[in-house]
Amino acid sequence: MRRSLRHWVLGAWSVAALFYLFLPIFVIALFSFNDNQGRFNFTWQGFTLRHWADPFANPDLAEALKNSLLIAGLDTLIATALGTLMAVALVRYSFRGRGAVDMLVFLPLSTPEVVLGAALLALFLTVNIGTGFVTILIAHVMFTISYVVVTVKARLEGMDRHIEEAAMDLGATEFVTFRKVTLPMIAPGVAAAGLLAAAISVDDYVITSFNAGQTTTFPLFIFGATRQGVPAEVNVLGTMLLLVVLFLMGANVMLQRRLARRDANLLHRSVSTATEPLQAR
Amino acid sequence: MTDAEQAQRESTEPAGLGPAESDICLQGVSKRFAGTTAVDDLDLEIERGAFFALLGPSGCGKTTTLRMIGGFEAPTEGRVLLGGEDVTDRPPYKRDVNTVFQSYALFPHLTVERNVAFGLERRKLDKAEIARRVQETLELVQLEALAGRKPAQLSGGQQQRVALARALVNRPRALLLDEPLGALDLRLRKQLQIELKRIQQDVGITFVHVTHDQEEAMTMADRIAVMHKGRIEQAGGAAELYERPRTAFVANFLGVSNLVDARLGERDGELVTLETHDGARLRAPADRVGPHDGQAVQVGVRPEKVRLLRDGVAPPEDANLLRGTIVVASFLGVSIQYLVRTKGGEELTVVVQNTEGEPDAFTVGSEVQLAWPPRHTFVVAKETHHEA
Ligand SMILES: Nc1ncnc2c1ncn2[C@@H]1O[C@H](COP(=O)(O)OP(=O)(O)OP(=O)(O)O)[C@@H](O)[C@H]1O
Ligand SMILES: [Mg+2]
Repeated sequence: MRRSLRHWVLGAWSVAALFYLFLPIFVIALFSFNDNQGRFNFTWQGFTLRHWADPFANPDLAEALKNSLLIAGLDTLIATALGTLMAVALVRYSFRGRGAVDMLVFLPLSTPEVVLGAALLALFLTVNIGTGFVTILIAHVMFTISYVVVTVKARLEGMDRHIEEAAMDLGATEFVTFRKVTLPMIAPGVAAAGLLAAAISVDDYVITSFNAGQTTTFPLFIFGATRQGVPAEVNVLGTMLLLVVLFLMGANVMLQRRLARRDANLLHRSVSTATEPLQAR
Repeated sequence: MTDAEQAQRESTEPAGLGPAESDICLQGVSKRFAGTTAVDDLDLEIERGAFFALLGPSGCGKTTTLRMIGGFEAPTEGRVLLGGEDVTDRPPYKRDVNTVFQSYALFPHLTVERNVAFGLERRKLDKAEIARRVQETLELVQLEALAGRKPAQLSGGQQQRVALARALVNRPRALLLDEPLGALDLRLRKQLQIELKRIQQDVGITFVHVTHDQEEAMTMADRIAVMHKGRIEQAGGAAELYERPRTAFVANFLGVSNLVDARLGERDGELVTLETHDGARLRAPADRVGPHDGQAVQVGVRPEKVRLLRDGVAPPEDANLLRGTIVVASFLGVSIQYLVRTKGGEELTVVVQNTEGEPDAFTVGSEVQLAWPPRHTFVVAKETHHEA
């Protein structure tokens, strides 16, 4: 009796919490179907698909989206490659300053974005690099790399060191060991890190706004558009962006699950001792 | 052991030229980690084709020693020689030895077959040759039916055999096994002990087997080195170590031993006299006495070598004799085990074969004499602290 009551309360509480989290998102998605008149999109005036019919009619918007996707793609490649190598160095090798790097890598994760953005802008101005596409990319690589390092490091630390030693024992040089053993084993972690980097890059506003110069990215465009009124296309694109990010996050979760299952399985098997007896020869 | 030591001394002279049959040789090897000395000035010589066990309690430096042979750890001091060649500074992939890790360390993303093929693929052998040797080795460890599985789909014992096959297939100079059976249950361990021994005899490769299980070492190895605190206390055949331990640690680590504090006396022909701390006079073969002269020593005897006699019964001529009282009598079926407190206060274990049946057994509290022939007596340096 008490138990069922507790279940009920807990369930209701969870629903309320989820409702609180998802209501604004739901409203955004809903209003992308609003048949609004005029510049604003704040009151429900009827259902239409017209905003979804041609969300990219605006060439600036198309350009902004292209920039965002390109930056996210390049950022993912660069940050994942560099971050993975950094993680390997931090976990597998000891060198001067490792402790410092290990700590500093968390810094971009904990520094307020405004500070990072402003600091980067100051840096670019000081060394006289004109802000634009390249500086956005540099900024994104800088703060997504931390996420990659942290994710891949966790994976590496959970990996039995002896497996790499076994590879070397069997004649593989350090490089071959990395390519044939380390990389395939941490691949799910690397993929997860890449997805995370992409998701973070594609919807970053604050840091990007400092370093964008004349370049417009998707979040920058939406933010700009809302100031002149709120076209319903913003809701459409916001919803699209949400779907893309949700998809990436979902893929990430699936990957992590598969990974956890594989590891749990291996651990379980190597501890379990039952086996069929050998046939005497 | 003495001749091995001798051989080793000699081999140290001409740099790098060990005797032809010496496969693995450690010369004055030490390994210090921040704060701890894991291996302390170790000399070790392992003959080609031997099944060699490195036996010792947890933390005595066995794994570290093995890792220095395999190339995963660089010695702080000393040299490692494989087949007479100095390999101290070579990485693992340039050493002709293979390791079976305690955790097996199989490649989880590769099938059993690809795991076993890994070493041969690195040596760029042609595909047909690789396939043939993988097949052959999988048959040797009876895993041919599981060739297509991933390690996660195998039991512990099967994983162990994959690890063995993966190393063996390369036909290395020597195979290093770090407690390869440690994670398995007792029944499977016994069975794989015999299996491993058989495989070693089949392939004729030197095996260096690390274990902390004295029974396992005695079952499998031709030679055993007993390690303690980063040093080798004594090396030799199982019987030699058991019958003639040279240190209290070895005496206690291999089986049960009875040790009584004593002081060395004069030599009497083949024998040497010892006076125990409570005044009894015992004798031991003179050649068993190491360089302990003048020092306090301990006299030892194994429990099954001692005869129990009732008080007043005349002991056999020339026997070593101690007196005591039965404290505990345990009936074990095939034998009866007694704990006897001597006049001097030591509690000694005596095992008597149960040939006469129960009525003849001694009762707790009875006064007895402990008698054994001097030739079963050993003498070790007195240890101030005991482990194991
Ligand atoms: N990488 C390391 N850093 C610091 N100390 C170490 C390291 N490896 C081993 N040691 C220390 O060296 C000593 C010997 O360790 P080792 O692993 O060789 O023991 P072992 O005989 O294999 O023990 P076990 O039977 O428990 O495996 C231990 O005191 C251990 O704490
Ligand atoms: Mg060990």
